[in-house]
Amino acid sequence: MTRLRAGARETDLTAVVEALTTNETSWFRDTSPFTALRSPVVPALLDARGASAHLRVWSAACSTGQEPYSIAMTLADALPPTATFDVLATDLSEQVLARARAGRYSQLEVNRGMPAPMLVRHLVRAGAEWEVVPHLRSRVTFRAHNLLDAPPPGGPFDVVFLRNVLIYFDLPTKRAILHRVRQVLRPDGALLLGAAETTIGIDDDWARVSVGAGSLYRPLDAGSVTAGIPAPRSAAPWTAPTPAVPVVPPSVLTRGAPR
Amino acid sequence: MRALVIDDSRTMRRIVSGTLHPLGFETHEAEHGRAALDLLEGGLDVELACIDWNMPVMDGLAFVVAVRANPAWRHITLMMVTTESEHGQIVRALAAGAHEYLIKPFTPEAVRDKLDLLGLLPIGEHA
Repeated sequence: MTRLRAGARETDLTAVVEALTTNETSWFRDTSPFTALRSPVVPALLDARGASAHLRVWSAACSTGQEPYSIAMTLADALPPTATFDVLATDLSEQVLARARAGRYSQLEVNRGMPAPMLVRHLVRAGAEWEVVPHLRSRVTFRAHNLLDAPPPGGPFDVVFLRNVLIYFDLPTKRAILHRVRQVLRPDGALLLGAAETTIGIDDDWARVSVGAGSLYRPLDAGSVTAGIPAPRSAAPWTAPTPAVPVVPPSVLTRGAPR
Repeated sequence: MRALVIDDSRTMRRIVSGTLHPLGFETHEAEHGRAALDLLEGGLDVELACIDWNMPVMDGLAFVVAVRANPAWRHITLMMVTTESEHGQIVRALAAGAHEYLIKPFTPEAVRDKLDLLGLLPIGEHA
């Protein structure tokens, strides 16, 4: 990794990344982030922006596309006809992005976590495979992006999915990534992490809100710099935000990390 | 929890049952829809039925229709487990009252994913 950061040739980097990255993915993986998106995230955003809102979602580390398409399916079902959305889906790997753009999945892949009612609404058979319907595919833009770089263009975003990727980085890098996400997340937006991930003990500028079996994170007002949009002082749209209180002593979580 | 596995292939019944046991299910088996209805009418209570489509005597779709016609069985979650993979067939099964649809061949993880979606995984077994 040291050599990669020092600027190895792009082809080397791509090859190493393809080999290292696990692209294991399923449709509504973990289910709870998508449940949270449906409610309370979408209703709160519609309350704040009105029924004709345009919502922007960033799916970071999108792998072969199941996550951004699952987000698009959820929004297509949850939004009123007056509202619109688009999803920016990024990944380091050009190889998985090419697959994701095609929007074609094998029978075995659609068996993984895809609710049957969603399948018949949003995919059609294409030979032995299934293909995301063009209307939904057109809502998702795929772009190569490295989380170690500046945030991708296209923000600010209402919702960011950053799941099962922070685990690959050391603590200072995790903190830097979360800071960059805050720069492009709207002040009343939501961050969704993987089931085993949290901002707690990494970056104190987030409030955890419990939603069902999972959690979402919203940026705290203090020091918020969100793409030039001032943080609102009015009541936050989420109910009962929980301050980010570590569940284990911070010293355990942040051992060896620069403060 | 209890599950009823309905398939005319004994091998397939064994495979489906084998994926359900580690997830905390006690399984009962029937070789077609009529035999499965007999078990339910005889007092067997299950939370889940895994149903093949193409079977002799009574096929899976007819079984789904029969179960949905009896309010006493409203609590049973119905999941088709079949090689039938046409878009229109899935729509037919869902319209008849199936909750989920798993296409053969499948992996144990796919069964788990479906049960997670259906809220039928025990605590601590979530994907």
